[in-house]
Amino acid sequence: MTSDIMIPFYQALTEDVTALSAPQDSLQDTRREALERFAAAGLPTLKTEAWRFTNIQRFLKEYPYEFSNTPATTTANVADEAAIAGLDSYRIVLVNGHLQASLSNLPEGKGIHIGAMSASTDAPGFSKWFNQQKHLSTESLANLNTALFADGLFIELQANVVIDKPIHLVHVYTSDRHAFVQPRHLWILHKNAAATIIESTVHPKQEAVAFANSVTEVVVLENAELWHYNVQQGAENFRNVNTTAAQQGADSRYHHFSFTLPNTPLTRNNLSVILKGSNTETNLKGLYLATGSQHVDNHTFMDHLQPNCNSNEHYKGVLLDTANAVFTGRIHVHQDAQKTNAFQQNNNMLLGDKANINSQPQLEIYADDVKCSHGFTAGQFDEEAMFYLRARGIGEESAKALLVNAFSHDVTDEIAVPALQDYIQGQIEAIMNN
Amino acid sequence: MLTIKNLHAEVEGKKILKGINLEINKGEMHAIMGPNGSGKSSLASVLAGRDNYTVTEGEVWFNGKNLLEMSPEDRAREGVFLAFQYPVEIPGVSNINFLKTAVNEVRTYKGLPPLEAKEFLKLTKEKQQLVDFNTNLMNRSLNEGFSGGEKKRNEIFQLAMLNPQLAILDETDSGLDIDALRIVSNGVNKLRDAEKSFVVITHYQRLLEYIVPDFVHVLYNGRIIKTGTKELALELEEKGYDWLKEAEHEKESV
Ligand SMILES: Nc1ncnc2c1ncn2[C@@H]1O[C@H](COP(=O)(O)OP(=O)(O)O)[C@@H](O)[C@H]1O
Ligand SMILES: [Mg+2]
Repeated sequence: MTSDIMIPFYQALTEDVTALSAPQDSLQDTRREALERFAAAGLPTLKTEAWRFTNIQRFLKEYPYEFSNTPATTTANVADEAAIAGLDSYRIVLVNGHLQASLSNLPEGKGIHIGAMSASTDAPGFSKWFNQQKHLSTESLANLNTALFADGLFIELQANVVIDKPIHLVHVYTSDRHAFVQPRHLWILHKNAAATIIESTVHPKQEAVAFANSVTEVVVLENAELWHYNVQQGAENFRNVNTTAAQQGADSRYHHFSFTLPNTPLTRNNLSVILKGSNTETNLKGLYLATGSQHVDNHTFMDHLQPNCNSNEHYKGVLLDTANAVFTGRIHVHQDAQKTNAFQQNNNMLLGDKANINSQPQLEIYADDVKCSHGFTAGQFDEEAMFYLRARGIGEESAKALLVNAFSHDVTDEIAVPALQDYIQGQIEAIMNN
Repeated sequence: MLTIKNLHAEVEGKKILKGINLEINKGEMHAIMGPNGSGKSSLASVLAGRDNYTVTEGEVWFNGKNLLEMSPEDRAREGVFLAFQYPVEIPGVSNINFLKTAVNEVRTYKGLPPLEAKEFLKLTKEKQQLVDFNTNLMNRSLNEGFSGGEKKRNEIFQLAMLNPQLAILDETDSGLDIDALRIVSNGVNKLRDAEKSFVVITHYQRLLEYIVPDFVHVLYNGRIIKTGTKELALELEEKGYDWLKEAEHEKESV
């Protein structure tokens, strides 16, 4: 699955898509169709409804990126930068999407299939589930990923498999040229299976900039449960468009957390969840703490197709300096999805003079017996609380750190892995005390 | 220890303190009484450094240092403590984490190393007992959902933990039933020593039966209009404030 394309990147994306040759593999037809869809729609512009507040073209033009599909490797030292103190876990290291087995420690056992996407196309779940989440084909950058991705991580847990420890998935992005990398993952949990996956990102210090356009497909089947944490430790030399497309079967539980930390200039998280069975539970929790001129766009879509499902979405943002954030919370409750509970909240602390948030709930409700709500707030530090803390000898910076941690607690309290909870709270404190 | 000279302060353009003079020496217990709205909490706020108050005239010296030039946190680190009339609820900040941060920041300021976890716990246990502070409240969010009495006990518990030189207690007695009042007062009395001073602001003589003051001041309309000993509190209990108010207005109209 290797093909480096040496035509000017931005020109290829905008004018000459046909010159991009997709990897020749068993997915050729799917890839060609995706490329055609991409060619037809083109890159999103500010007129594209889902991209009104994020000028993706500006970021794509910023550097002369090259498509980089060649496997890269990294060192243990670099991978260790993602370490979470006190976390007892398996570790899987992916470099620009390519599995580096020498640094990985995979769970093994009956019914566990974990490996590179490129080596897993014959796995039973692959053909059944690959690129099946229907919202993927409507997103231009996801189509680009489908057409041209090189590799990623495939996980298939057969019925009743429960992974005993969290899987720490460390994404390393590295290249000596400005690179556009497109990892592609597919994780399938069959009936009653359960797992916890913690994603981290690492960017070795280097001159070149990596632009990731990654897609993760998540399939949580009947009564299965997935805790999915995406810790986006940032870097100046990174741009991140991250698409997670999930689908849930009956009685399943999917808990998705995203933590966006400084300093990645662009983060766009597309997250869509399709509920295909009833009695499901979905928790979407987000925390974005942005500094400098970071742009963080969380674009979420809860698609309620079936009755008696609960979804609970809570995104909290702390925006310093001139950071800019966008939150879109689309909830679609189909006519059959009676007794749906769908809640959504987006709360922000605007701490920089020029910090800004654009928040838009989009509720489309076609069933009559449902409970749906949404809310939005944007505020500053509570003066009374600040004074109270300072009057006890706590300095202004530490007081702010305490209050930001306090603000984040409805999200951080829900983290079910104590070491990760400590890690995130520690990160918040370190950022605020900086 | 504390010298207040001709202190004038405003809030939102409104003159609240109109020339306060007060001298507090080591080891003394001062009570400030006065009708609602006379400026008692305002005085406490100005001393603690609440920034919506503007000092327009006067000086405040604490152990030879200009208190008014210090940030609120530095005042606290120098040894000024205000027990709030209305303690603030801060959801998401645990009581214990808050205390640890406060104690250690004050220690760092004084050039002391942070307390080891074990020492901190020991200190916490010891001081909790002083005001019979419920251990279950330690891991809860700071003051969130606490009853009025629990909040007030928490203030005195914090006072005991931080061990300041000057403690200003703003209506710590309000919201306490008689048993709680006794416990809290006993706690305060145990903290008294020759090096520490207290200012207790109260409406009621009741508190002063437990915490016996050396001096009683009456604050009215932004000024201290009378100073006496503990007998003055009894007199106020009996006669109210009107006789003093009238005397004050006569003075003004002269
Ligand atoms: N933030 C504020 N804005 C305007 N007026 C205030 C403010 N805080 C206090 N005051 C006024 O200052 C005066 C003194 O209040 P306060 O110091 O609370 O009195 P006390 O504690 O003696 O009851 C009152 O008239 C009150 O309304
Ligand atoms: Mg008052």
